[in-house]
Amino acid sequence: MSVDAAQVRHIAKLARIAMRGGEIDALVPELNNILGWIEQLGEVDTSGIEPLAAVIPAKARLREDVVTDGDCRDAVLANAPAAEHGFFAVPRVVE
Amino acid sequence: MALITDLGIAGLREGLGKGDFSAREVALAFNGAVAAAKGLNAFLVETPELALAAADRAEAARKSGTSLPLSGIPLGIKDLFATNGVRTTAGSRILGDFVPPYESTVSAKLFAAGAGMLGKLNMDEFAMGSSNETSAFGNVLSPWRRSDGGNAPLTPGGSSGGSAAAVAAGIVPGATGTDTGGSIRQPAAFTGICGIKPTYGRCSRWGIVAFASSLDQAGPMARSVRDCAILLEAMCGYDAKDSTSLDQPVPAWEAGLSSDLKGKRVGVPREYRIDGVPAEVDLLWQRGADWLRDAGAEVVEILLPHTKYALPTYYIIAPAEASSNLARYDGVRYGVRVPAEGGLAEMYSATRAAGFGAEVKRRIMIGTYVLSAGFYDAYFTKAQKVRALIVQDFARAFEACDMIATPTAPSAAFAIGDKANDPIAMYLNDVFAVPASLAGLPAMSVPGGLDAQGLPLGLQIIGRALDEQGVLNAGLAIEERAGFTARPGAWW
Repeated sequence: MSVDAAQVRHIAKLARIAMRGGEIDALVPELNNILGWIEQLGEVDTSGIEPLAAVIPAKARLREDVVTDGDCRDAVLANAPAAEHGFFAVPRVVE
Repeated sequence: MALITDLGIAGLREGLGKGDFSAREVALAFNGAVAAAKGLNAFLVETPELALAAADRAEAARKSGTSLPLSGIPLGIKDLFATNGVRTTAGSRILGDFVPPYESTVSAKLFAAGAGMLGKLNMDEFAMGSSNETSAFGNVLSPWRRSDGGNAPLTPGGSSGGSAAAVAAGIVPGATGTDTGGSIRQPAAFTGICGIKPTYGRCSRWGIVAFASSLDQAGPMARSVRDCAILLEAMCGYDAKDSTSLDQPVPAWEAGLSSDLKGKRVGVPREYRIDGVPAEVDLLWQRGADWLRDAGAEVVEILLPHTKYALPTYYIIAPAEASSNLARYDGVRYGVRVPAEGGLAEMYSATRAAGFGAEVKRRIMIGTYVLSAGFYDAYFTKAQKVRALIVQDFARAFEACDMIATPTAPSAAFAIGDKANDPIAMYLNDVFAVPASLAGLPAMSVPGGLDAQGLPLGLQIIGRALDEQGVLNAGLAIEERAGFTARPGAWW
C-alpha cells in the first residue's frame, strides 16, 4: 500500500496538523518509504495468532470509589494558554 | 583522594558515610560540574538550589541518624519526568513553559529516598529519536570524541541522550532515563555507561510524558552495575495511579548482586548476527560470551526467529500509540497556542503544526494512518499479532536459557548529522534493543570495550520477566571482566 498527496493531506487533517503543499509533497515519499519497509510484516504467517493485549499478564484492577484528588482548580488552570472565569478558554465554536 | 565528581553512587554513599566529605560538598561539586559543561547541552534546566536543599536535608538526617538510601546523592532527571514546580518540556516546543503542579511517581520516589535534583536533562522530542537530534532545544553532544584527532561532534544516542552524556562526562553521578525501544540502552552503549530498563510495569509511568504506553518504561543510567541496582530499587514499586503498574515486591537487587553465574545458561541468538555490523561489534559479542563462560555460565545458541520483524512491528505500534497519546497537545490546557483564522479546529492544527518537530509529525502521521478506517487490521492488528509471536520466541528461548546476551547497538556512536536525513537508517540503530521492548522484558547495557576509533561499545543482557537480578548479575560479571575504565577527556 502507498499513499498519494491527497491521502497525506487527509491524514494530516485527521491528525490535526496544518501542512502546506510543500510539506505534503515532501512527506509523500518519506511515508511511502517507511510504509514500504513495514510491509515486510506481510511475510509473517499470523493465522490463528491472537493480537497481543498485554506483555505481562495482569488482571485489570478496580480501585476504591473514593475521591482522591480535586479542589485544585487554580493549579489545573495555571498552565492554560487562556483561562477565564475558572474555565479553559477556547475560540468561539457556537455562533 | 579522588575528586568527588569521579565517584559513582556507591562511592559517594561510602564517602558520605565515612565523613570524607559532606552532602553539601557533593552538591556543590556536581552543581559546579553541571554549570561548567554548557558545551554538552545536556541540561535544559539547572536546579542547583534543589540539589543544595536536598544536601541540607541529608546533613540533618545524618546528624539525627535518619539517613535514607540516597541521602546526599544528586541526580539528573530526564525532561520526560514531570517535576513539581520545575519546567518540563519533553524536549518539545509544544509544551512551552509548562510547569507541572505535580511530581512523577518515579522522581518522587527518588526524592523520598533522599536524592536531590541537579536539573532536567535534554532528550529527543517526546523521546522519539536515537541521536538526540530531534530535541527542540538543540543537539546534545557526546563527551566522547574519536581518537583520530578529528573533532567531529558525536551523538550520545537517544532518546535519553542528555542523561547519557551527563553521566559519561561525570557531571552527574546518575540519571533517570526512559526506554520505549532502546532509549536507555543505546545511549548507554554509545557513551560507555550502564543503563537498565526493568520489566514493563516495574516503574510507574504516572507523571512521565507518554510516548507509547504499552512500551514506555523508566530506568536508571549510571557508571556501574551496582549504581544501577541502587537507583532501580528506589525507582520501582507498585503505584495505584498507573493501571499497568505491577503489584510485586521490589527485590533487594543491590544486596543480591553476585557475578557467580554457575548453573546459569546464557543464550546467544543466531538471528542477531546481521549483515553490515562491524567486525568489532561481533568480536566484542564473542568476548562477552567468553566472560560469561568464565563467570561460570554455560553459553548456548538459541533461536529468536521473528527478530527481523521486530523493528517494523515497533514502527507500527509505537507511532500508533504516540498519535493517540499526543492528541492531548491541542493548545487548550497547557503549552503553547497558535491562534488561527477560523475556529477551534484551525487553532488545534496551527498549534500542532508550530509546536511539533519533523520527526514527531512523521510518527503522528504514520500512527494516524495505521489506525485509520480501512487500514487498522492490515497494519495495527497485524503488528500486534507479530508482537505476540516475538513474545512467544522469547518464551521458547527461555526454556533453554536463563538470560540472553547480545550487542546493544549495531555500531559505535555516529557523528551528528550522519543519519538525520534517513529515518529508516536511524530506526535500524535500535535493531537489537527493540525486541526486548516489545516483549516487556528487563534488559541492560554494560560497556564492553572501545572500538578502533576509541569509542565505547556496549553489551546487552536480556532477562526473563521480573528477573532484573539475573540481568544485573550477568551485567556485573561482564563489568568485572571487561575492566572498562576509559573516560572521555574533558574538552567541554
